[in-house]
This record gives sequence, C-alpha cells and structure tokens, in this order.
Amino acid sequence: MQLAGEKPSHIIAPAIHKSRDDVADLFVQHHKTPRKTDIGELTMEARKFLREHFLSGEMGISGGNFLIAETGSLMLVTNEGNGRMTTTLPRVHVAITGIEKVLPTLEDASCILRLLTRSATGQSISNYVTLNTGPKRPGDLDGPEEMHVIIVDAGRTGLLGTDMQEALRCIRCGACMNHCPVYQNIGGHAYGWVYPGPIGSVLTPNYIGLENAIDLPNAATLCNQCGVVCPVKIPLPDLMRKLREKQVDRGLRPWQERLGLKLWAWVAKRPGIYALVTRIAARVGRSVGGADRMIHRLPGNGWTEGRDLPAPAGKTFRELYAERKRS
Amino acid sequence: MSARDSIFARIRAARAALPAMDETERAAIEGRIALHPIGTRPAMDWPLVPRFREQCVRMSSTVDDVASMAEVPRAIARFLAATKLPMRAVAWPEIAQLDWNGTGVTVEARAARGDDLVGITGTFLAVAETGTLMLLSSPSTPAATSLLPETHIAVVPQGRIVKAMEEAWALTRSERGELPRAVNFVSGPSRTADIEGQLQLGAHGPYRVHVVVVTE
Ligand code: SF4
Repeated sequence: MQLAGEKPSHIIAPAIHKSRDDVADLFVQHHKTPRKTDIGELTMEARKFLREHFLSGEMGISGGNFLIAETGSLMLVTNEGNGRMTTTLPRVHVAITGIEKVLPTLEDASCILRLLTRSATGQSISNYVTLNTGPKRPGDLDGPEEMHVIIVDAGRTGLLGTDMQEALRCIRCGACMNHCPVYQNIGGHAYGWVYPGPIGSVLTPNYIGLENAIDLPNAATLCNQCGVVCPVKIPLPDLMRKLREKQVDRGLRPWQERLGLKLWAWVAKRPGIYALVTRIAARVGRSVGGADRMIHRLPGNGWTEGRDLPAPAGKTFRELYAERKRS
Repeated sequence: MSARDSIFARIRAARAALPAMDETERAAIEGRIALHPIGTRPAMDWPLVPRFREQCVRMSSTVDDVASMAEVPRAIARFLAATKLPMRAVAWPEIAQLDWNGTGVTVEARAARGDDLVGITGTFLAVAETGTLMLLSSPSTPAATSLLPETHIAVVPQGRIVKAMEEAWALTRSERGELPRAVNFVSGPSRTADIEGQLQLGAHGPYRVHVVVVTE
C-alpha cells in the first residue's frame, strides 16, 4: 500500500482491492526485480525486502489490538509476524492505539481474542498473539530499549455517555464490512476515512463531524447483516438510523431534499390531491421511459449517471387495485 | 493540562450523565482485576494431549513424539535430514546443552540473526485448545529464535500442555509472578492472504513449525 501511495481499503486485509498483477507491477517498479506473478514468489519478495527494513529500522511503530490494565501489557494479534518483527528488532518500539482498547485482565483478553480471530479470519486463533510488557530487561538478548505507548482519544470520549457509546465496543474484526452488500460493491476507499464498512459509517461521522460525512450513514440499506455478525453486538443499523435523525435535526440535509419531503408530506396528507398527482406522475414517467421502459436521465441529479431507473407502469397502484377488484 | 488530563476530564464529564461511580462500583472493578475470573468460553471436554496434536496439525505445524529429553537431538536430526534442511541451528541454551554429539547437527546458543535458517526453542507452556506454543522471553529464552529462522522447532514436555490460555495465565502468575518483556503465543507457521486472499505460509516469520512432544 505504501509503494502504491494508497491507503488500506480494509481493516484486516488492507490490499484486498489489489490483484496479483497490480502487486507484480508495483514490485517491478519499486524493487527493480524481474516481474513475477506467482503469489508465493511475490510473498517471498515482500518478505525479503521488508526483512531488511525490520533488521535495520531504528524504530518500530505498531498498533495495539488490546491494552491490559492488570499487567500494563500491549496485545498484538497477527498472522504474518510483522507485529513481532516490529516489536522485537528495532531499538525503539512505539505503539499507537485507542483509549477504548483497554481490557481489565488477561482472562478478559483471552475471551475477546476468541471472538476477534473467529470473526476476522475464521481462525480459532491467529498465528501470533504477542504481549509486550515494557522494554528489554537486564540480560535480554533482544527487544527494544525503549517502549512507548500512545493512547489516542481523537473523538472517542465524545461518544461516551451518548446514544453512540455502543460503537466503542468495536474490536475491529472486519466482519461487518465482509458481510455488507454496500461495502462489497463500492470497496473500502469509497468511505473516505480510516474505517470503512458499517462501523466506518458510524465512527467516521462521530469522529470527524456529522457535517463532514453526510453520505455515510445514508449509504446503507439497513439490512442488518452487519448487526447480526458483529461479535460484540453493536446495533450498527440502529446507530446509522440515529445518525440520520441527527442530520435532520441539525438541518444538515440539502434544501432540495427538505423542500421535496415537505411537499410530499403536504400532498400525502390530502388523499384527493395525492391520487391526482400520482396519476399524472405515473403517466409522465411512462412517456419519459421510452421503448425499453427505462429512464436514462433525470434532470439535475447524478443518480442516473451510472444506472437506469425503471419507468413507472403508467397507472398508480390504487388504480390497478381498483381495476382488479372490479374484474 | 496534559493530553492525559484532558482525556480523563472528558471521560469524567461524559460519565456525569451516568450515575456517579461509587465505592461499590470501584470495588467491583478492582475486585475483577484482582480475581481475574474466567469468562464465557467454548466447551473443552476433549483429552488434552490428542487435542493439542490435532490442533497443531490444523495450524500447519508438524508434530513428532519422543520418550525423553535425551532423545530430542536425534529426533531433530532426523527431521532436519528428512526435510533436507541444513544441519545447523541456533537454539536456546537449555536446548544447546543437550547431547548433540553424533547427531551431525551443529547447535549454537546465541541470539538469532536474520540469516539463521533453523531455530530451536523450548516452550513455557503449550495450549491444547488451539495447538499453541507459549514462549516467555528472558536472557536464556530470547524471542527472536522463534521468529527470524525459516524453520522453528519447539520442544514441548507433555506435562506442560494446558487446556486453554486462561490456564496458561494462572500458571504464569504462580510460577513467574509477573509477565516477562514478551509473551509469544505461536500457532503454526507465519502466513498471509494479503494478495488476492490466497493463503501463503511464511510471510515474515518461519515457514515451518515443528513440534517435538516429550512424553516422559
Ligand atoms: S463493528 Fe463489530 S463486526 Fe464491525 S469491526 Fe467492529 S466488532 Fe467487528
């Protein structure tokens, strides 16, 4: 990802959007080695080049899956071993993680770990689970001379005590995005910030401001796949719905939408006018639809740039219903 | 005000909306940490040693059995020869001091380097639930020996196999008191599925993990 100058598109599988050919091109360009497309060989090449960095790096920077209050330890969960490299070889180790990652005891960490690995990759455990408790001890042959833990708030306390607090339970397993039909279609980069998928749609507006992530809580069908698979039972669709309500309460929705909904409400409360308006709309819609009964362009709206809108049938539901009853 | 103070101030302010933390709540939190109760976990009604073996294999480790520590060098020599690996290894002192004479394997007790091909370690404990080795770092049990070489061989005394991670914590507390710099739980060779989701063994850590269970 760094070679491509890109950001990760998934919190567990950061390069999921890249094909082996993409990786092959990047390696030729940056490593100046002959092109190879065998995934095993590409992995070997990554190992070789990164190992030099691990062995010569002065400072290793890691995240932290959990922090354990009982012992003051940092827990890292990886399959590759990059976490162990980063925390064993360089002279200084810096870990950066969020305040919500603190767990009371080692037993609690063991319990949550079972949830994390099963939900993230379907493994009963990841290959490496490492607990680092401070720097190198007297006589130790390896380990960093200094260990620093940076615990980040960055908006997290803003969720405490609010109706969004449940989102702080997230253990970043990625299951919600793996099961999300929207994520599957648009990919992680479309979410525009650190966390993609359903949990991103909840966290991002909370962390960077509702007004800066207007589309995220709305880019969901609220199908609740995410809520069902979430191992810590975060009610993701409920939280997205609450964020939508907040957008309306704070007047953040565009004026066209507000005006449109007001008009619709006015019409919908008057059955006679409603019937008339829908009749006209259904007929106009059909005539716009043309031979294939699809509307290819809507004025002043990007909606039809990438897809067509099926044209109305020409009669309203109420008309059809009345006809059926008669016959 | 330091960043830490301001984070705590924000947490306190947010908590103001909830009932205030009183003595009973504080005692409950401190009690939980002191008692560290075991949480909900899967049923564990399998026999320890067979479960450990089976899970090792599931995590792509290979497993061998020997009757006593004295037989370990010969078993390792056989494994290295059969796998066509170099007959040279870096090891923890407790392993290097075994009698390697006549096995054809050169074993050095020192810190592992980036170009070592075989690393041999003992294990503090092994976890049956997941086929996991638990290694504690110390001057005589360095962490890099199980990390840098392409092949990691671990010697596991059968009596040191425990049910799950929770049992491992209990023994760590009673035998060691406090945690070492690094506790490493190793379950099979390093792996990645970073390119097109296709599983590859040997990303940054070892390609192979071979477990020698000592049944004495
Ligand atoms: S919200 Fe739940 S499912 Fe999504 S990453 Fe967090 S813990 Fe996993």
